[in-house]
Amino acid sequence: MTVHDTATAHHDDHHEHPSWLAHHFDDAEQQFDSGKLGMWLFLVTEVLFFSGMFCAYALYRNRNPEVFEFCSQFLNEKLGAINTGVLLFSSLTMAWAVRASQLKQTKILIGMLGATLGCAAIFLGVKAVEYSHKWGLGLLPGKFYRSQLENPVHVDNNYLYNLCIVPMVMLIACALYYVYALVTASKFHLRVAGPMVVAAACFFGGVGLGNYLESGEGHSEHASSGHHGSSEHGHAEHADGAHDSAGHGTEEPAKAKLSLVSVDNSPIHDVLVTPAESVTPQSNVNQSAMAGLFFGIYYCMTGVHAVHILGGMLVITWLIVKASREEFHSEYFGPVDNVGLYWHLVDFIWIYLFPLLYLIT
Amino acid sequence: MSVVTSPVTMPDKSQDLGKEDNYLTHTSGFLSWALTLDHKRIGLMYLAGVLTAFTAGGILALMIRLHLWNPNIDKSQAWLTNQQYNQVFTLHGAIMVFLFIIPSVPAALGNFLLPIMLGTKDVAFPRLNLGSFYLWICGAIFFLFSLFATGLDTGWTFYTPYSIESQGPVVAATMGVFVLGFSSIFTGLNFIVTINTMRPPGMTWFRMPLFLWATYSTSIIQVLATPVLGITVLLLAAERILGIGIFDPKLNGDPVTFQHFFWFYSHPAVYIMILPAMGIISELMSVHSHKGIFGYRMIAYSSVAIALFGFLVWGHHMFTSGMADVTTIVFSALTFTVSIPSAIKVFNWIGTMYQGTVVLNTPMLYALAFIFLFTIGGLTGLFLGALSTDMHLHDTYFVVAHFHYVMMGGTLVAFLGGLFHWWPKMTGKMFNDFAGIVSAAIVFVGFNLTFLPQFVLGTRGMPRRYASYVEEFQQLHQLSTIGAMMLGCGLLVAGLTLLHSLFYGKKAPMNPWGGATLEWECQTPPPHDNFSSPPTVGDPYDFSGIEYDPKSGGYIKKKK
Amino acid sequence: MLPIFADVHDTFWFPKQASTFAPQVDFLYDVILWISIIFFIPIVIAMVYFMVKYRQRPGYKGSTEALHNTFLEVTWSVVPTFVVVWIFWEGMVGYLRMQTLPSDTEDVKVTAKKWVWSFKYKNGAESDKLYLQVGRDAKMIMRSDDVLHSFFVPAFRAKRDIVPGRYNYMWFQPTVEGTFDLFCTEYCGDNHSGMITKAIVQSEEEYNKTLALLAKEPDDIVERGKWLYERKACKGCHYAGTEGAQGPGPSYNGSWGKPVPLAGGGEVVFDENYVSNAILNPQGQYRKGYETASAMPSYKGQLKLEQIEAITAYIQSLQSAEPPKK
Ligand code: HEM
Ligand SMILES: [Cu+2]
Ligand SMILES: [Cu+2]
Repeated sequence: MTVHDTATAHHDDHHEHPSWLAHHFDDAEQQFDSGKLGMWLFLVTEVLFFSGMFCAYALYRNRNPEVFEFCSQFLNEKLGAINTGVLLFSSLTMAWAVRASQLKQTKILIGMLGATLGCAAIFLGVKAVEYSHKWGLGLLPGKFYRSQLENPVHVDNNYLYNLCIVPMVMLIACALYYVYALVTASKFHLRVAGPMVVAAACFFGGVGLGNYLESGEGHSEHASSGHHGSSEHGHAEHADGAHDSAGHGTEEPAKAKLSLVSVDNSPIHDVLVTPAESVTPQSNVNQSAMAGLFFGIYYCMTGVHAVHILGGMLVITWLIVKASREEFHSEYFGPVDNVGLYWHLVDFIWIYLFPLLYLIT
Repeated sequence: MSVVTSPVTMPDKSQDLGKEDNYLTHTSGFLSWALTLDHKRIGLMYLAGVLTAFTAGGILALMIRLHLWNPNIDKSQAWLTNQQYNQVFTLHGAIMVFLFIIPSVPAALGNFLLPIMLGTKDVAFPRLNLGSFYLWICGAIFFLFSLFATGLDTGWTFYTPYSIESQGPVVAATMGVFVLGFSSIFTGLNFIVTINTMRPPGMTWFRMPLFLWATYSTSIIQVLATPVLGITVLLLAAERILGIGIFDPKLNGDPVTFQHFFWFYSHPAVYIMILPAMGIISELMSVHSHKGIFGYRMIAYSSVAIALFGFLVWGHHMFTSGMADVTTIVFSALTFTVSIPSAIKVFNWIGTMYQGTVVLNTPMLYALAFIFLFTIGGLTGLFLGALSTDMHLHDTYFVVAHFHYVMMGGTLVAFLGGLFHWWPKMTGKMFNDFAGIVSAAIVFVGFNLTFLPQFVLGTRGMPRRYASYVEEFQQLHQLSTIGAMMLGCGLLVAGLTLLHSLFYGKKAPMNPWGGATLEWECQTPPPHDNFSSPPTVGDPYDFSGIEYDPKSGGYIKKKK
Repeated sequence: MLPIFADVHDTFWFPKQASTFAPQVDFLYDVILWISIIFFIPIVIAMVYFMVKYRQRPGYKGSTEALHNTFLEVTWSVVPTFVVVWIFWEGMVGYLRMQTLPSDTEDVKVTAKKWVWSFKYKNGAESDKLYLQVGRDAKMIMRSDDVLHSFFVPAFRAKRDIVPGRYNYMWFQPTVEGTFDLFCTEYCGDNHSGMITKAIVQSEEEYNKTLALLAKEPDDIVERGKWLYERKACKGCHYAGTEGAQGPGPSYNGSWGKPVPLAGGGEVVFDENYVSNAILNPQGQYRKGYETASAMPSYKGQLKLEQIEAITAYIQSLQSAEPPKK
């Protein structure tokens, strides 16, 4: 690898391209700039992609604020906050990784990338607990939503086990890979396998953490945050089967509020729609057409975000492979830098999702 | 870096050995094409792909027109059942929009031309480019699936709640659209980066050929609008699978929201279709008039202006769907702002011919046909942008005629013109100019015969997407069907002319038309690396030193 | 005269002007048309003239220099701008008039349903054709039972989408007596193009007579069944006697008493129970061959028992009717 070669750009006929410089670029700078601009543009498309969902969110929250208030009670803000912290920390490690790649500190680079990967796994682990818990309660999108008062459902942990199958297989595969690396004593394989095992294990750490917070204490204040009768619904998610018939009283306020908001039934309000004649079904919040909509939006937004986390984990793994081959140096660290940008964006989007979904009061 | 592909695409240094080396002969074998990173080969593969899609969409169009020969009020005499008719027009629209028009100019011609015109070796991310192509293939497969599965019948607009209830394979189709969307985004991203960071020394922004300006503006739209389409169809798929309720009135969602989402992409998308076509016309008009383009800067700026304004007018597709009055009026006002830059371009193109040396060959005739047809298309946009007339015309054949004038009379005709123009460069073969002229003439007449009657039909109240109609519309429909058959023949002649040239065409000179942009300074067909050394960049519209050279049958640049 | 210029239309372009909106719309349309022609003709003339004058020919050599002329360019940007501003303004004025509901209107409740229209009048009358009184402002209160539809009467130059989940309104004032086409202009599935009916504009006297007549259910039970068949949207999907849509639903003709194969296997007899099930709970059992037909809506709560019996009697009366031709 001839690093010094590239310090000056060649504009003559016979380029001496180092292996890391693609043949159609003139010099390292052009390659770096292209990659960077490309990544920024990609991030723009990502932001727009999410903004579609943010628009949907804004429209429907504006239409049915009480639905969002009601439903947000079922989201455990502890878990959300933990995940926010985890992601923020991973942004830090990612930034450090970029620095390390420039300085050719291979060990630190791999360590930081591994830490980022681990954080991502913890995030997903916590998410898996959240999702499975909600599925068990029937807090499902749209038409699958099960009303939370009439037929209380007990937590059904099978969902969590099912969600853990794939990570478990991954963990085993990584562990086997690690053993293989140990046996062959290949430095490269060891460098790759190490972070992967840790990351796969981190997922289960996340699951444990999530489970602890979800079933443990700390709910009294959670419930009291709900005003009026709604606090009973807050309990509904806590699996302790404490469903009393107090639900009756709670329906009234919700109903009263609803008839007010259904005036603006359409997001882009039709001036000609008069309140009296609007055809909104006069119904309470706690049913598939209302709460189901919130959960539809919730699953879409967090689901697409989770897919982005998964995508990020893939590219970080690819970076670990490259880093283990010691490919990065001060002239060539574009991939780390760009993945870093991507990762910050994913983090950034979560920072919006968290208050918008979890912290509605 | 490219472990797999580098052996196949390594430039071999045997240039001066006997047989001439170009991008077609550079390497051979199936894999050398399937895994190629060469933008020219990718462009050519796209070309084959979009032309196939166009043929399929065209056959469906003829089926539509044949079915409409009779009013079909008596169903027992109808050729297609209502259900079949609905599937045919849906697939026609979807294939033409998503598989043909959107990728036609940018992905096929753009890929081939952009780096050469810019004077670089390749686009910034060749592998991403190949990836875009495979995404396109993937999307096409989804569409093929919906063609052969039970039949998609939602219209290309996928309006909810019909698309939620419809029995057709809507999810497969939306996934197709999603994947094609990403293909389009990555192409746009690639082009923006290439133009921004890879211009060779001397290629300043205002020395760029107008085709590149147009492509650049298009790419901006592709990058900014397409993600919204992506999320829209994703939500639609989720709606069907999970019933999330955002667009479903039964679950308290709102169908008009879907329309907003959909048109937020699809209006800018019509500029994805027309801007590159305008770029082609700018090139064709100046080269075949042997005359610098009239008002270069105005044309360049108006491309960007159209791209930006294009984002603000999506609501004009929904004037009758019950938006608030203020919203409706604002959208109408904004709609008119887009028509001005389009008008400016038309005037500039005509000004370019003034005092030039106009050669009436195939590409030029297509370009002139474009100006004629596009002007009609644009002017009829005024009827639709004005609110009270749109109340009458919305969703009638008037709209159908309008968008065919701009999309088919505009984009398709420009695409054909561009194809004839750059065909010699791409394939190294000259086509038969007379046959080409004949095709242009038939297409022109056939086109007008097909779509002029539709304006009248629409004004008289004929709704669109009707498998049968009240009898008083029959004569105009039949006129339109005759025109469509003629149009089909014209396109067939054009296709045969090009095919014929591949086998029997004369060898093309380096610069058959006398163009001044960089692609004409490149060998014909271009070598693998386009330029062995960075080319000297001059004014792309300086035709002063370019003279006909009878020996080679092409033009050469006289040294000053 | 060529038949294209046939006299069904008052002018070459437009259907008859039959509402107070029509003159404004036609006026604006005509002006835009003339503006377009005034722009288009010079463009084409210039194009053809340059094509001929500057064509390549022996002994002629044009200039190659790029031109640009600020004065011209500014002119051809600014002039069209003024023109389109006017067009916009005039369009807006017409639109606002269409949007401003007059205070005293004759209200009609419009229900669009795949693929039939039904109109309810103040006196409870119901019809599948729209009856209107000439010279009287009419307000449509429109809702859809299923997907998007759009109400369009070309002769009135009036159109508005009907969006499920909310009411949409429109108004117009018919000015001419006569019968006009009423189309659905928003694609709504298989029989979209069959969703055509008539708007019938009558004098005050006739109009009132029609409404009175419409309000009355026939006494005879079979007649009443047919009456309901026509009014409750059955006609949009089922063929009966010699009328109605051929699909997506099965024809009533000759079905009574026959065995009906079910999609899930098995058979039932086409009897009172079957009919009432099919009306109240259509998703309960699918007839073989109709699994993919667009699902029929349930009429639970919309039809009284006595009405279902009337429909049953009507279907029974068709026991030996011919099946539809195709
Ligand atoms: C002068 C510029 C233009 C104006 C003012 C204009 C205006 C309009 C308006 C107002 C509509 C909606 C009509 C309705 O549904 O009632 C419309 C429809 C449409 N326009 Fe244009 N347009 C212009 C140029 C173009 C161009 C350049 C293209 C494409 C290359 C285009 C493609 C379409 C399409 C595809 C539709 C209908 C889509 C559908 O409903 O399926 N238009 N145009
Ligand atoms: Cu548009
Ligand atoms: Cu319809």
